[in-house]
Amino acid sequence: MDIKYGISATFNSAKDIYEAAGEVRKAGYTNWECFTPMPIHGLDAQMGLGRSKVPCFTLAGGITGFFTGMLIVWYMNEFDYPLIVGGKPYFSPIYPFPVFYELTILFAAFGTLFGMFFLNRLPRHNHPVFEHPNFGRTGDDKFMVVIEVDDPKFDEQETTELLRGLGGKSVSVIREPIE
Amino acid sequence: MSTVKTASDQADPAILGKIKPAPWIDKPLVENKRNLHWVTEKICGIVERKTPVWWWWCFILALCIASFTGMGLVYLVSTGVGVWGNSNPVNWGWAIVNFVFWIGIGHAGTLISAVLCLLKQKWRTSINRASEAMTVFAVLCAGIFPLFHVGRVWFAWWLFPIPNSNAIWPQFRSPLEWDVFAVSTYATVSILFWYMGMIPDLAVIRDRAKETWRKYFYGVLSMGWRNANNHWRNFEMAYLLLAGLSTPLVLSVHTIVSFDFAVANLPGWHTTIFPPYFVAGAIFSGFGMVLTLLLPLRSLFGLHDLITQGHIDNICKITLATGTMVGYAYSMEFFIAWYGANSYESFAFINRAFGNYWWAYWIMVSCNVISPQLFWFKKIRDNTPLVWIISIFVNIGMWFERFVIANTTLSRDFLPSSWGYYSPTIVDIFTFAGTFGFFSVLFLLFIRFLPLMPMAEVKMVMPQADPHGSKNH
Repeated sequence: MDIKYGISATFNSAKDIYEAAGEVRKAGYTNWECFTPMPIHGLDAQMGLGRSKVPCFTLAGGITGFFTGMLIVWYMNEFDYPLIVGGKPYFSPIYPFPVFYELTILFAAFGTLFGMFFLNRLPRHNHPVFEHPNFGRTGDDKFMVVIEVDDPKFDEQETTELLRGLGGKSVSVIREPIE
Repeated sequence: MSTVKTASDQADPAILGKIKPAPWIDKPLVENKRNLHWVTEKICGIVERKTPVWWWWCFILALCIASFTGMGLVYLVSTGVGVWGNSNPVNWGWAIVNFVFWIGIGHAGTLISAVLCLLKQKWRTSINRASEAMTVFAVLCAGIFPLFHVGRVWFAWWLFPIPNSNAIWPQFRSPLEWDVFAVSTYATVSILFWYMGMIPDLAVIRDRAKETWRKYFYGVLSMGWRNANNHWRNFEMAYLLLAGLSTPLVLSVHTIVSFDFAVANLPGWHTTIFPPYFVAGAIFSGFGMVLTLLLPLRSLFGLHDLITQGHIDNICKITLATGTMVGYAYSMEFFIAWYGANSYESFAFINRAFGNYWWAYWIMVSCNVISPQLFWFKKIRDNTPLVWIISIFVNIGMWFERFVIANTTLSRDFLPSSWGYYSPTIVDIFTFAGTFGFFSVLFLLFIRFLPLMPMAEVKMVMPQADPHGSKNH
């Protein structure tokens, strides 16, 4: 058994997919995706996508890191086990600054990586687009547009014709096997 | 306001039509008009084809050399830290020298991947992956020395803020504790950055894989990446942010490493020039190592279209610039030692150049200050074997720099009664030599199993990636 996932069309150059993406958006589709071997400058705008949300995760990570650093130093050197060393204060925001600084960066970096994973819904090792026989080429030198069946505007014949009209090669239906 | 007309006000704009400025020709970053598929085949081919014979020879040799470190450390742990040459007054010896040396080498990788990314230097794309790998492996080598220098290495975890049975916490007023945070953060963030950049390339290898183990190995590592534009959008933002985070990180790491010295009250160490001087030196040594590693790789794998003469030129120029900064720092230290009118400080510097370790000082100056000056000449930059030899001199010179800083000061401190002369033992020498083997083992495994260059990033700087289809992107 399998169900339809979407319709794919292959393009041969960055220019072609850039223009095709603009047309697909203008046609009113919302549930579709471009697959490219590298990020294409300006494709986000063509697809009508805004700015990525990853910076929110970075900021949250950075703030957490900074205060974690402060908390560690305050708890360990002032609260739990005060120890006089070199006549310096038990806690100060100044002298252990390198610790806050490093933890800010460390947590912000984790926030960035995991934020990217979260927003991209990764790891996900199975996905219907992997069923496309030539999917591997999208990591090499081919460009692909996939319009999903779930799209409210989806109509098998109309969508196929649109993609053909945009110059898409080997327009075909991607099927998702189900147990 | 005066109404004096300046020359520019009077200039006739029509003249701009007559003078024809020379056209600025951007050299292509990928030569010989290669297409996208060629890049994929080239980079994936290195991982996919049969292991070359030279790789096995190098790997076996590297393993043998790495075993020196293994044996040295086993001997040290089973006998005691006294098997190293450290004793009063030089209690730091080679351990700190090797630590700073390796950590400095790491800095060029982060500079290439992060700082050059923020500065939009497109030529970084073909060399950044290998340089980041160099960073990660160099930091691992660096970590060995302070870890084992603590003596009872099984208590090294006390450096981290983890509760222990003695109920004692780390002491955050010490620069050595800051170093623990700086270096462990540096190692972690470098690995994250390196790994994240690799995900799309691992996915390409996964999609091309024929054998089952490859499908699983690269499949698991690539996290199910699927080249979707939405993935790229978040990926690019995350990449930019990690570059933005790594830039202050890399500057802070060597700054904090220099605090290990500069926060002490010893003449020759207690100077404010140390942080910038150490950072410049780190980048200098790292670029030396980048040349040492990439020039052989370029000819072994025939990567001349990807690592072009333009790339080598740029690396040589950065080496020249940072080498000159290091030379400036050396002379400024001397100037301040005289200008500061502190007799201990001036003694420390005269002793550095003409005292018990004079030979080390002059090796340092000739390798670090004089040898990079050769890169002013295009003929020398074009001569790849010569560039490689100079890069070796840079590596040697930077090791001696740390040796000079650490040892001249400690061996001649305030009281002549406590003066001494430090010499390494055979265990010191073999443990350090072995780290080159350890580094090479990791690097060889990297070039065998992981994508050597970021394919997507290389493709991005090719004309084919331009959505407007212009010929010269």
